[in-house]
Amino acid sequence: MRYAETGFNLEIDLSRGNIERVENDPAETELYLGGLGTNAKIMWDRVPPEIDAFSPDNLLIFSAGLLCGTPAVGCNRTIVTTISPQTGLLAFSMMGGFWAPELKYAGYDKVILRGKSPDPVYLYIHNDKVEIRDASHLRGKGSNETADILRREVKDSNAQVAAIGMAGENRVFFASIEQGRSSASRAGIGAVMGDKGLKAIVVRGTRDINVARPAEYMQLCNEVLQYIKKREDNPIPGVMPILAGLGSPQEMKIHDEKWHTENFMWGNSRVRRKDFWTEDIAKEWTRTLETARTRLISCYNCPMKCGGTISIPGLPTYLMKCFSKLTYTMAAFSNLDFGLKIAQRATEYGVDGFSAPQVMAFALELYENGILTDGDMPELPSDNEGRFYYLLDKIVRREGIGDVLANGTYWAAKEIGKGAEEYAHNNIKKIEQLPLKLSMLNPIYFLMYCTGEKINITQIEGQFPQMPFPAREQREEFVKDWIQVPDDRFKQYLLDWEPRGENSMPFYPTVPMCCDIVDWQEKMHYIDDALGMCAGLSSFPLKPPYHIHNYPKFISSGAGIDMDEAKLSRAAKRYRTLVRAINIRRGMRREDERPPENHWKKRFPELEKELLDTYYRFKGWNEQGIPTRESLEELSLDYVGEDFEKRGVLAGNGDSPAPGAPAGEAKE
Amino acid sequence: MGEKKKKIIKTIRVDVDKCNGCRACEVICSAFHAEPKYSSNNPARSRVRVIRHPLRDIYVPVYAGEYTPAECMGRDRYTIDGKEYEECAFCRAACPSRDVFKEPDSGLPLKCDMCESDPDLESPMCVQWCLNDALVYETREEELEEDPAARQQEVEVGLEALANKYGLQKVMDAVARMSKKDG
Repeated sequence: MRYAETGFNLEIDLSRGNIERVENDPAETELYLGGLGTNAKIMWDRVPPEIDAFSPDNLLIFSAGLLCGTPAVGCNRTIVTTISPQTGLLAFSMMGGFWAPELKYAGYDKVILRGKSPDPVYLYIHNDKVEIRDASHLRGKGSNETADILRREVKDSNAQVAAIGMAGENRVFFASIEQGRSSASRAGIGAVMGDKGLKAIVVRGTRDINVARPAEYMQLCNEVLQYIKKREDNPIPGVMPILAGLGSPQEMKIHDEKWHTENFMWGNSRVRRKDFWTEDIAKEWTRTLETARTRLISCYNCPMKCGGTISIPGLPTYLMKCFSKLTYTMAAFSNLDFGLKIAQRATEYGVDGFSAPQVMAFALELYENGILTDGDMPELPSDNEGRFYYLLDKIVRREGIGDVLANGTYWAAKEIGKGAEEYAHNNIKKIEQLPLKLSMLNPIYFLMYCTGEKINITQIEGQFPQMPFPAREQREEFVKDWIQVPDDRFKQYLLDWEPRGENSMPFYPTVPMCCDIVDWQEKMHYIDDALGMCAGLSSFPLKPPYHIHNYPKFISSGAGIDMDEAKLSRAAKRYRTLVRAINIRRGMRREDERPPENHWKKRFPELEKELLDTYYRFKGWNEQGIPTRESLEELSLDYVGEDFEKRGVLAGNGDSPAPGAPAGEAKE
Repeated sequence: MGEKKKKIIKTIRVDVDKCNGCRACEVICSAFHAEPKYSSNNPARSRVRVIRHPLRDIYVPVYAGEYTPAECMGRDRYTIDGKEYEECAFCRAACPSRDVFKEPDSGLPLKCDMCESDPDLESPMCVQWCLNDALVYETREEELEEDPAARQQEVEVGLEALANKYGLQKVMDAVARMSKKDG
């Protein structure tokens, strides 16, 4: 009997219309856990580097995490994995919501899609009944609209729907997969879904999920619930409100946006507005949100309320979470009312809320500087808000200049030329980043920006405070109940960390300490992505309820796999290394691993080199960031080493070229 | 005056405005009632169900009540604060008109037992797992008065209705036959 997992995957060939239910191997679960871990193994085995994002042989995997569908609070992530059209590398965005548990209850751990359907289809999964159905009536429909139509069509309001909008259908490189209150947004996985002709996956399940040692497991779940309650009642003092509690940053709840609006950049990640947040604006924005937001909402089995129901008179209702609240507002130099309104349309179209506004702000900057002209933007409205709607509509339809912009700032700049590349200034590994421009190098963040392979800072940071506490007493207070640290040495790092003087940034934490801190933070994200746990209850916030000490117990008593901290850390390192191996095999090298040039004003090239050299060694990678033969063997990844050898990756220069053209271009 | 009896009324106070739609109540209910306890979970077996329509902002936790073999002759729709609630949204019955409150394999009806167990729980599990206080457990004691005269009156009201509908003769015949059987 399999515990926590179902033991079965669905293999769907969209070219041939073939559907198979295939038993998966419990030995793989033990090595790679599940979710991202086993997805990475499948991608390594079945998608060689010659396959690009829009090849029919690219896989699109929807996976529930190992513990999804058990009573583990907040464990509801769907990990979607494929090759990104934007980066040519592995994309592994995830989404919360209700989809992954429903897939488990239907009896499957993963849905693995390959091939392409010539006509638009949707996949319907209801326990043993799995069908590929015609979706021609859904062409061009919004993501929420699609979900609504499909729930009626299958006559089941409990069916969970993951769908793409027009952006995915038209293979916009930053198209998302939307699922009501959640979305898997980064790196263009919605474009891959659209390329495969798949409009939506509808899932409904009414089967049991078993756990191995029920009483023990339930005890752990109850402890987590109690801890959440305690943390909610006792926010962490001395940090800004959005970092004091649990969950994603509570953007739907909190009205005070002084910190974001005055510290994050406006427009094309250019302008800092230091005195923006006035009393009048606070009042106006509070009124806007209070009027539009009808309820705070959650993902499956989670008491946190990170999402909001947004109903604006005259517009269809939609569900929002987190920072997309401000990305459109700030990119367009507008107000919250505009931000909430355009986000409604953007959600229906299905675009990433980080990339889309930046692409549009980038286009307008090019226009203001004469690089794009009236010829490129016929009938461009005169107001900023109007221009954003105009560009959004063009991009998702790939009309005119929209066809170029739909590839993201990196590829668009290359195609436009005339110096446009200077304006695509906020990318890492070809993906638009949060609009932050800061003064002095932060060594911890430097490493995370460089090496994060989800290529999004929020998906690697967490656990360790972002800034030192000014007073020693505050630090002492903070470490008192800091049970989450893997080892007490982390407490010492924090105790000695000063805002000024010898023990301050960028030289303190020291290079080895930075490696240690980054490795811990990243490890927790990777564990979450395999188990299906929300980062908001684990890897992202300070002092979360899930941590390296209770996770092994969850896995042992839940999935029935003997686990301890060392074995769990090793498993996480194994599939983390495999993710890197996939990207290395696809051409990623050290030169790709750097933050935007202008991210910090004060840079320290020697220190940065030392940080990266040391971190690579710490991780078991060579000076190019390639996992060494020995470190691969230590993790039982001998097969990766053999493949590297065969391809000449480890022999020195490595022969896989970095992708030089956007996916699919050669074939179009 | 009749005899007085005391009765404990167990209530789950449901505040739909506080519901965040997470369905933790369904998870823990089905886990608690699994055999052996907590060995599995499956919201389709839960005795509480959140009727959810997120895009219409509708979230109604409903508890399984009595089984009924027949569906209602008429079905109503309620509009509250501008939101239309579908027919049956507030109904507790396991009934032929819908799938809720039935075991998914056997189709047998489910019924909320307030997590009755020995020793008694502090409150039903769904309440314990609802940190947003959409579900709050309350008990109160009620005194029930047994009044023989009132009961006799109820019988008469009932018989009168039957007599109006079928005629007094038919009712008398039926009563006569019943008393023969009993005798």
